[in-house]
Amino acid sequence: MTQLALVIDLNVCVGCHACVTSCKQWNTSGWAGPMVDENPYDANPTGTFFNRVQTYEVGSFPSTETVHFPKSCLHCEDPPCVPVCPTGASYKREDNGVVLVDYDKCIGCKYCSWACPYGVRELDEQQQVMKKCTLCIDRISDHTLPEAERKPACVIACPTNARLYGDVHDPDSEVSVAIRERGGYALMPEWGTQPANHYLPRQKTYMHLTEEDLQRSDNPLTKEDITVYQGEETMEDVTW
Amino acid sequence: MKDPAVQHDAEIGQTEVKETTCYMCACRCGIRVHLRDGQVRYIEGNPDHPLNKGVLCAKGSSGIMKQVSPARLTKPLRRKANAKRGTSAFEEISWDEAMTMLSERLGKLRATDPKKFALFTGRDQMQALTGMFAKQFGTPNYAAHGGFCSVNMATGMIYSIGGSFWEFGGPDLDHAKLFIMIGTAEDHHSNPMKMALSKFKRQGGRFIAINPVRSGYGAIADEWVPIKPGTDGALFMALTHEILKLGLFDRDFLIQYTNAAELVIDDPERDDHGMFVRDESIEVTRGCTDPQDKLWWDRNTGPVLTHTDGADPRLLGGYTMPDGTPVKTSFQLLKERVDDYTPEWAESITGIPAATIRRLAHEMGVMARDHKIELPISWTDVWDKEHDRVIGNPVAFHAMRGLAAHSNGFQTIRALSILMSVLGTIDRPGGFRHKAPFPRPIPPCPKPPNSPDAVQPNTPLDGLPLGWPGRPEDLFVDEDGEPVRIDKAFSWEYPLAAHGLMHNVITNAWRGDPYPIDTLFLFMANMAWNSSMNTVEARKMLTDQDENGEYKIPFLVVCDTYASETVAFADLVLPDTTYLERHDVLSMLDRPISEFDGPVDSVRLPVLPPKGECRPFQDVVIELGARLGLPAFTNADGTAKYKNYPDFVVNYETSPGSGIGFLAGYRGKHGDKSLKGEPNPNQWEQYAANHCVFHHELPRSYQYMRNWNKGYLHWARAHGMTKWAEPITIHIYSEILQRFRAAAQGKWPGRQPPERYRERIETFFDPLPFYYDTLEAQRVDTKRFPLTALTQRPMAMYHSWDSQNAWLRQIHSHNYLFVNPKMAIAQEIQDGDWIWVESHLGKVKCMCRYSEAVEPNTVWTWNAIGKAAGAWGLSDRADESKKGFLLNHIISEELPVVSGDGKQILSNSDPLTGQAAWFDTRVRIYKADAQEPQVTEPQFPPMKTLPGQLARPKQRWQAYVAGLFGRK
Amino acid sequence: MHPAFSVIFLTTLIGAGQGLFLALFTGQFYSTVELVEAQTDTFYAIGSALSLALLVGGLGASFFHLGRPERAWRAATMWRTSWLSREVIVLPAMMGIVFLYGVFHWFGWTQPFIVLGEGTLPIDATFVLGMLGMLVTLALFVSTGMIYASVKFLQEWHSPYTIANFIFLGTASGFMLAAAYSALIGNQLVGFFGTWAVIATLLGLVTRTASLMRNASLKHRSNLQTAIGIRHRGIVQKSQGFSAGSFNTREFFHHQTPDALKLIRVAFMVLVFPVPIALVLLAYLLESSTLPIVAFAIQYLGLMAERWYFFAEAEHPQNLYYQQVS
Repeated sequence: MTQLALVIDLNVCVGCHACVTSCKQWNTSGWAGPMVDENPYDANPTGTFFNRVQTYEVGSFPSTETVHFPKSCLHCEDPPCVPVCPTGASYKREDNGVVLVDYDKCIGCKYCSWACPYGVRELDEQQQVMKKCTLCIDRISDHTLPEAERKPACVIACPTNARLYGDVHDPDSEVSVAIRERGGYALMPEWGTQPANHYLPRQKTYMHLTEEDLQRSDNPLTKEDITVYQGEETMEDVTW
Repeated sequence: MKDPAVQHDAEIGQTEVKETTCYMCACRCGIRVHLRDGQVRYIEGNPDHPLNKGVLCAKGSSGIMKQVSPARLTKPLRRKANAKRGTSAFEEISWDEAMTMLSERLGKLRATDPKKFALFTGRDQMQALTGMFAKQFGTPNYAAHGGFCSVNMATGMIYSIGGSFWEFGGPDLDHAKLFIMIGTAEDHHSNPMKMALSKFKRQGGRFIAINPVRSGYGAIADEWVPIKPGTDGALFMALTHEILKLGLFDRDFLIQYTNAAELVIDDPERDDHGMFVRDESIEVTRGCTDPQDKLWWDRNTGPVLTHTDGADPRLLGGYTMPDGTPVKTSFQLLKERVDDYTPEWAESITGIPAATIRRLAHEMGVMARDHKIELPISWTDVWDKEHDRVIGNPVAFHAMRGLAAHSNGFQTIRALSILMSVLGTIDRPGGFRHKAPFPRPIPPCPKPPNSPDAVQPNTPLDGLPLGWPGRPEDLFVDEDGEPVRIDKAFSWEYPLAAHGLMHNVITNAWRGDPYPIDTLFLFMANMAWNSSMNTVEARKMLTDQDENGEYKIPFLVVCDTYASETVAFADLVLPDTTYLERHDVLSMLDRPISEFDGPVDSVRLPVLPPKGECRPFQDVVIELGARLGLPAFTNADGTAKYKNYPDFVVNYETSPGSGIGFLAGYRGKHGDKSLKGEPNPNQWEQYAANHCVFHHELPRSYQYMRNWNKGYLHWARAHGMTKWAEPITIHIYSEILQRFRAAAQGKWPGRQPPERYRERIETFFDPLPFYYDTLEAQRVDTKRFPLTALTQRPMAMYHSWDSQNAWLRQIHSHNYLFVNPKMAIAQEIQDGDWIWVESHLGKVKCMCRYSEAVEPNTVWTWNAIGKAAGAWGLSDRADESKKGFLLNHIISEELPVVSGDGKQILSNSDPLTGQAAWFDTRVRIYKADAQEPQVTEPQFPPMKTLPGQLARPKQRWQAYVAGLFGRK
Repeated sequence: MHPAFSVIFLTTLIGAGQGLFLALFTGQFYSTVELVEAQTDTFYAIGSALSLALLVGGLGASFFHLGRPERAWRAATMWRTSWLSREVIVLPAMMGIVFLYGVFHWFGWTQPFIVLGEGTLPIDATFVLGMLGMLVTLALFVSTGMIYASVKFLQEWHSPYTIANFIFLGTASGFMLAAAYSALIGNQLVGFFGTWAVIATLLGLVTRTASLMRNASLKHRSNLQTAIGIRHRGIVQKSQGFSAGSFNTREFFHHQTPDALKLIRVAFMVLVFPVPIALVLLAYLLESSTLPIVAFAIQYLGLMAERWYFFAEAEHPQNLYYQQVS
């Protein structure tokens, strides 16, 4: 069975929020839309977004890491949000493992959001139905789009290519290789939800220097006459 | 719901896809705009565009909300006859009335004293046209926002290596192995930088971020080196010290391609002390170039002409010329300069441990020396020497306003340029690489006028409003050495102000110093808010009246797309279009989007009709030019020469028959010529058919070492990129600066500064970089104001003026002051507390947010989130005005007056370039009283909704669906 | 969690309704075996109506919790997996049984059709309905409790105590109401119901205290380290990614101070347990007919506070992701 998912590379995410608004613009006019905004030009503007980029500080000054952390529905292999839904509005697609909500069946009881430890479902406060990341289901399953564009909007937009997309059940896919070789991990593994989305950790590159790197015979200074004579130099100490 | 797999988006409604260029920020990515029933469905990055290759940032992806913003202006407006300025009391007028009113007023000014008209534009990228308009009008009072943005970066680097970061060059991260980013959070070259950084990291490159704050790109750095603001120069000097001391420099590069081995007269008694020894007997090209009449000291034969075949020049040392003249190599002078700049000295200034500074120097030096890149590309240098490969030292740097926006920024950036040069990384793989039309001669050829006579009634300006002075004679001053421009650019106060000083225009015009003006025309410049320093006073100056009730600045024209804070102060408001409703060119004559491999320019094409009565600013400029009878815009019979801007772009040539116009691509009658060729009537169509972009890839042999690459330089000269095919030798030692210093010392045969500037010029025009405390820190009590206050713009709003964007504002609706908890706790300030931030100028109230990612002597906030109540179409209660704040209120546009300067009033700017010293601001913070209202201060009376402004939606909800939005 | 009043009313009202039905049938059972004095059919009919009213009130309140109440009927479809769906089925079933129970009493259709236990236990239709109702009541308590107890992410709820509390507190308030009802109409079962109410309240005290103690020492399985997958003790969120709140900050946070929380806890511990028990004892001693009513009213108020606290106390792991604006 195919399980489509995102693999998010925290090593290169600079926190630009491109995924946040590219998602919004695609989906507000798409199958999953609209994505309503409340008080768009007033105090406390708040609206539906399927994707958020958060910022964390790790450690204390001066050894601080600033981590930008994009988060959307993780399309769990065993999504706890699905069985709790009393109407069957929340479901996981058989063909590609994407977790979706059928707005026509949703009664807005919010129970699915309680059953998600990741806080990625957002109630549309105007339509009063639950909405969430669809992995741009209407892009990835639209065969009229060119192959290269059959990807979630956030993946296409991401300027650092921090969002890899593919089938995590295919061991040779880009995402599976990345998870395997780059230490891809799942969020809150303690719950056994088996998120399909994974995260790739930060990786550091260091430079190792040795004494030999700094003291060498080809030092260009040897080509210069840089002896500084201070006044009269004498050879009195020499006894020959 | 329908199964999404059977529903195809393109089948909903009438679908169209149009290509154009983004303008949500200054990056200018290619975009594909999908329309559904005439409304924007989706904006995606254009995969066929060389700049962004399909990606798009948060701003670009929020372009839809720009179209529907309630801040949009749709009608020309005139301030009501009896209404006070600044009260937003306007009445709608027709375009014809507006243009008549404006052309009559400006016509009178042009016929009497053209400099009474000042044109300043916030967003540039239209400077080729606006600069031309100003020149044709005959006013010198023109500039874009560069003076308060980054002129230090432009000049500091261009006066050293003939090119600079941003559009005109950047780090070659494809080849680099070590990348050092300084004072940069986000970048002008926004998406390409993100793409390159990601690729660089994945290739295993090492990335070091030097910044007081760890944010933005620095977040993913392998190492963060926190530094005290404004002390980067000290760091660079110490790094150079260590690199020189250990011999980690690229000797061959320095000798061949820089003036490091060139001999400088070293006799303080002589008038020509500090000038290069020149062999005046030989024939050299003289003009706007760096003549090759200078000398090396050959270790066997003594003085020889540079680049003499077989010479083995000394890089270091002091020598005596046959005529007895004592000389030293430039590099010797540099070495002596950095001798005392030890890592220990720098530690005390920058806060970076000396051991770290040493290690950084070693990493740079060893990486440059031991990990060389050799590309099998043959090329010929200007001395006709053939090379069978291009060598690169893979250490790349990038820097931005963190360096530029300080009063010591120019010399700091000179120091960085020299560090980059010492490592041998200029226009080589893995280092810094130029982008066309750069490199250019040092300094570039255009010069400002140098006498008030250049300004004559009914006559175009004799010279360009902006240019690159190379000697005191190039300054734009009168007989007494006093400024001619309203912003005092190119005067002895700010001699190298290549981008003007927009940040002083309002204050100077209000004060009438150097003279009062009549009409100030602002395009897309929010000078009553986040583009001004000392905003509270700037707003007062705009409304200040003399004893006769006349406004001190009599007439203010504002052209903008949105109801910005500044629009409220206008006498005449001209509604501009959005970027999706207009033609634009990103021209080689202006700020193109060139790549390392060759020139690139691009266009914007309208994908939507203009809203209301909005008109593209360029059309207005061209019509105004024709109405005023400016020669470039009118035919001999006085009729308008161009129908509109698209017509102008197609047909205008820099000089008759030059074949060079605003667009470099698809020239010639049939569009088959590149860069040069007669006008092509179908040029726009051909751009449209080619993703709105023209990319001319240079032959590989022209892509590197361009300062000295014969093939490239001749190609560049033939295609109007530069006037000269002479080598562009890197200025380790700047004789240009020495000329000004000599003038201040009374040793220059030509112009000399007025007495009150002598000491200033002598101090700061040092031909070698040096470190000094920022001017504000020299003048305020730093014990009372121990902290430096900075701003950054968040990535989702970087370089955009879209804080009102309904989607983006949800990400940042208000801002906090970030403080290091250690520092805050010492003052009993808790996370989230309301605090006052006070500078010598004034104070603002805001909320505090702890952050471990800020150096303890620094506080910072997101810039331009705070808005004045009611501006930008937002409600009076919007978070931006109640919880958001603007640091500008406490950043002074002028330095505190002290007796040391002879009580002169001086701009809070770099003394060489006039760059606004935003980040010099010294502050203290303290807890606000618990009784005080929990609202940011200062507050201003709410701005009213303007006639014709798109109204805020009445309902609480906004659900955008393309094809349905706003339609019943 | 954000305590929604719709759910507070839903659970407390149906809890009292369920408890009242249990009380009525307990009374009937005891009278059948002649341990207490028999009551009129009208007593049971009106009692059932009261119970039904509470159940209907609870159901009505639940609609306010739904974004799209007009589609509430759909909620019955997923009974195989969803406790919420099961509750949606069991609640009307119970209402039906209570209705029939009341109707049969009202019309006096209480003719035994079989007599068990050597002539001591006559079985009539109301007895069958009562037995059935008791099972359904229990099923409803379990369904309601399991809606909360089955969400493993809400560790404060994910415990048998949650079921026990719903059962005992619902039962207590129902018996308390039965006592009040008896006191109001002046029959003799005040003491009987009162005694059972006190017993249920005491059982509730035990389980609720146990759950409070459990939750006080609860170690949350998720923390910022597991939430973002970075091993470091010093992780602090600087930005949740938006400025002015979202569904995730509204639904999962009570936005009250720790002091307010503590106050509510003390309040319900006093109002639900000692005060009603004392009032029932006092009523017994003083033979007061008003004090049982006061006892019920106070306990019900206390239960609303208890339910508010039940929600507010639950710390959802998603909250780790929504801590800070900047």
